Amino acid sequence: MLAFIGRRILVAIPTIVLISIFVFSLQQLLPGDPILAMAGEERDPETIAFLREKYGFNDPLPVQYVKWVTGVVQGDLGISLRSNQPVSELLLQKLPVTIQLAIMAMIFAIAIGVPMGIVSAVKKGTVLDYAANLIALSGLSIPNFWLGIMLILLVSVKWGLLPASGYVPPGEDLWLSIKTMLMPAFVLGTALAATLMRHTRSAMLGVLKSDYVRTARAKGLKERRVILKHAFRNALVPIVTLMALLFGELIAGAVLTEQIFTIPGFGKLVVDAVFNRDYAVVQGIVLCTAVGFIIMNLVADAAYFALNPRLRKQ
Amino acid sequence: MLRKLTLTAVLMGASALGAQAQDLRIALQSDADVLDPDQSRTFVGRIVYTALCDKLVDITPELELIGQLATDWSWNDDQTQLTMQLREGVTFHDGTPFNAEAVAYNIERSQTLEESRRKSEVASITGTEVLGEYEIRLDLEQPDATLLAQLADRAGMMISPTAAREAGADFGSNPVCSGPFAFDNRVAQDRIVLKKYADYWNADEINFETVTYLPIPDNTVRLANLQSGDVDIVDRVSATDLEQAKADPKVQIESAVSLGYQGITINVGNGDKAKNPLGEDSKIRRALSLAIDREALNQVVFNGAFAAGNQPFPPNSPWFDPDHPIPERDVEAAKALLAEAGYPDGITIEIQAPNSTEPQQVMQVVQAMAAEAGITIEIVSKEFATMLQDQTAGDYTASQVGWSGRVDPDGNIHQFLTTGGGINDSGYSNAQVDEYLNAARVTNDTAERKELYNKARDILMEDSPLVYLYHPTWIWGLAEGVEGFTPYADGMIRLEGVSLSE
Repeated sequence: MLAFIGRRILVAIPTIVLISIFVFSLQQLLPGDPILAMAGEERDPETIAFLREKYGFNDPLPVQYVKWVTGVVQGDLGISLRSNQPVSELLLQKLPVTIQLAIMAMIFAIAIGVPMGIVSAVKKGTVLDYAANLIALSGLSIPNFWLGIMLILLVSVKWGLLPASGYVPPGEDLWLSIKTMLMPAFVLGTALAATLMRHTRSAMLGVLKSDYVRTARAKGLKERRVILKHAFRNALVPIVTLMALLFGELIAGAVLTEQIFTIPGFGKLVVDAVFNRDYAVVQGIVLCTAVGFIIMNLVADAAYFALNPRLRKQ
Repeated sequence: MLRKLTLTAVLMGASALGAQAQDLRIALQSDADVLDPDQSRTFVGRIVYTALCDKLVDITPELELIGQLATDWSWNDDQTQLTMQLREGVTFHDGTPFNAEAVAYNIERSQTLEESRRKSEVASITGTEVLGEYEIRLDLEQPDATLLAQLADRAGMMISPTAAREAGADFGSNPVCSGPFAFDNRVAQDRIVLKKYADYWNADEINFETVTYLPIPDNTVRLANLQSGDVDIVDRVSATDLEQAKADPKVQIESAVSLGYQGITINVGNGDKAKNPLGEDSKIRRALSLAIDREALNQVVFNGAFAAGNQPFPPNSPWFDPDHPIPERDVEAAKALLAEAGYPDGITIEIQAPNSTEPQQVMQVVQAMAAEAGITIEIVSKEFATMLQDQTAGDYTASQVGWSGRVDPDGNIHQFLTTGGGINDSGYSNAQVDEYLNAARVTNDTAERKELYNKARDILMEDSPLVYLYHPTWIWGLAEGVEGFTPYADGMIRLEGVSLSE
C-alpha cells in the first residue's frame, strides 16, 4: 500500500509543475492590465510606472515565472497586489472558512443524498423512488444563487431566523458560527446531495443484483441487515471515489455560494482576485486547489484499501 | 434573537431612556483597499477614513469648505501662500500630538513616498513653513484653486508621523490617524473594525463604542441584511430596489445626488481608432446626444432616482451652466444633423460598455433611442478592467464610462478634456478649452472661475467629445433606530451626531 501511495505522489509532482505553468500562462492571456486596475481612478502615469517596476511586470515572462516558482518552493507565494498582504497569509486566513463550509455542505449532502439513494434503490419503481428522483433533479437544476437569495429573503428577512450573510469564526462564537453557515452549507449541499443520491442509487442497484446479496437473503438474513451490511458496504466504494471528485465541485460551488452569502473564504478570494487582476493571489489559490485536489484523490485511493479487502491483497 | 432582545427592552421600558447601541454595523458595496491615505485609491476606502482619519478641511452638505483639523486659513495677495491655523489639543491615536510639524511631515510624505498616489494632488505645494506650534504656511508656485478641496480629501488626511516613520509603506496594515475612531482589526473581504477614540477632540458627538464595516457586494443581499436587522446602515442601495426598501417600515432611506457623472466618452483623437465618422465629425456626436431622452433614461433604468445630466456637474451644483439646460430629445434635429454630416440614411457606431447590469441597461435604452434617429449602436460588452485598458490604449471608438466626482469642479473636467490630461482617453484637444480650464485652476475667485467654465462649456457642447447622460444618486438605507444621519454629495458616511436607539 505504501508503495502504491508513493507512486501516486511521484506522479503528482509533474502534474503540479504543469499546472503551475498552465495557470501562469493563462493569466497572461487575460485581457486587462493589473497595474491599470490597481492604479485607481486617476491613473497617474508616474504611479503606474512605479508599480510596474515594483511588482516586476517589466521582466520578461519566463523570468517572472521563475521568480514566482522560486518563491513558491520556499513557501513564499508573493504579495497581493490589492491588499499588500502576503498571499500565503491570505490563504491561511481563508482556507479554514471554506473548509468549514465544505464540511458542513458535505454533511448536508451525505445526510440527504445517501439515505435517499438507498431508499430509492431498494424501493425501485415505487412512489418513493420517483419522489427521490424528483427531489434530486430539482437539487441539480436549481441554481445556487437563486436558491441562496430566496433563502435569505425567506429565512432571514421574513422570518428573522438566521443571519442573512457573513461569517463568524467558530473560535469567536461556535453556535453563531454554525448558524451563520447553515444556509450557505445547505445551498451548496443540495446540488451535491443530488449527485450523491443518483450514484448511491445506481451503485446499490448494481450490488443488489449480485450473487452474494441473493446468498445472504437465501441464508435468511433480515432485509435490513442485507441492505446495510452486505449491499451498502460494497456500494460504498464508488461512492467514496465520487466524494473525492465532488471535492472539486464543492470548491467550484463554494465560489458562487461564498459570493452570495458574503463569506470571506477561498471562493470569494479567487473571484475578487480575478476581477482585480490580482495575479499573485489567483496563482496561489489555483495552485493550492490543485494540490488539494490531488491530495483528496490520494485519500480516496487510500480509502479503497480500507473498504475493499481484494485491493489489499494485491 | 436581536428582535427578541429589542422587544424585551421595549417591554421593560428601557427604550424610554434611549438606550444607545455599542456597535454600529455598516455594510459597504465592496472591500476597501490598503488603509493608508497616501496609497489608497478606492471610494470605499474613503468611507472608512471618514471615521478613522480627520482632514485639515471638510465640506458641508452644501459643499462649502469648513475647517476640521485646520480651524482657519487665509491666502496672501497673489494667492501663492496659504496660512493655516491648526486645532489645538488634538492627538493622534498613538498619543503623538498634532501640530504644524505633523502637517509638514504629512505633506512631505504625500509628495515623496514612492507608493504615494497623492503626488499630483499636492504637486502645487513647493514648500512648507512651520510658523508656530499651531500655524503653518504652504507655499505654492502659482495659485491653485483646487488645493483646499484636495485638503478636504485624502491629501488632507493627517496620519501620525511617529507611526508612519516606523511603518513606512506598510502603514496601511495598522493605520494611526486622529479621527473619532481608531483602527482595531481587519479581516480582508470580511470586516474592518474601528473603536472609539476617547481623546477625540469632538468625542461628545460620537455615540458608538465600535463601528464595523462589512463589505457585502450583492445589492440584494446587502439590503436583506438591513431588513433582517443584521446591519444598521447600508450604502448604495440600488435604484431598482428603492420601492421595496421604502415599503419596509423597518428601513429609512436617505439620498443625495452625487458629484460624479456617467456618459459616453468618444475617441476623437486617441490613436488611429479615432479616425471614423463619430470621432471625426462633431455633428454625429451632437446627433447622438439629441437622440437621447435623458429623463426617460433615468425613469426606465433608475426609477427616476438619479439625476439627468448633460454636463460634468449635476444640475443642482453651483457650477452647472444654466445656459445649457438638459436638452429635450429632438429626433428630427438629430436626423438633420446626420444628413448634414453626410449620413441621411443613418449610420452605425460601436460603443463599449462594462458587462454589469446597470451600464448594459443604460446602453440598451440609449441604443433604442438612437435607432429612432437613424443611429445604429453596436454595444460591445467588456469586463471593466479590460475596457479600461482598451480605453487608455485608444483601442475603442466610444465608451460608456463615468467618474465618481470631486468636490472642486476642476476634478470633474480638467484631466479629461485638456490636451494631454491624465485621463483624457478621448484624446480631445482644443487650445481655447485648454486656456479656459487652465486659467480656472489658478484663480480663487469663484465668479471668475464659473465664467471660465461656462466659456469652455460653450465649446465643449459644440465639440461633444463626451456625451454626459446622468448623475448617480447616493442612496443609503438606515435601520429604523438610526438618527442624525446627514447625506452628503460626496457619498461619505459621517458619524458625528449619528445615534442608534434600540
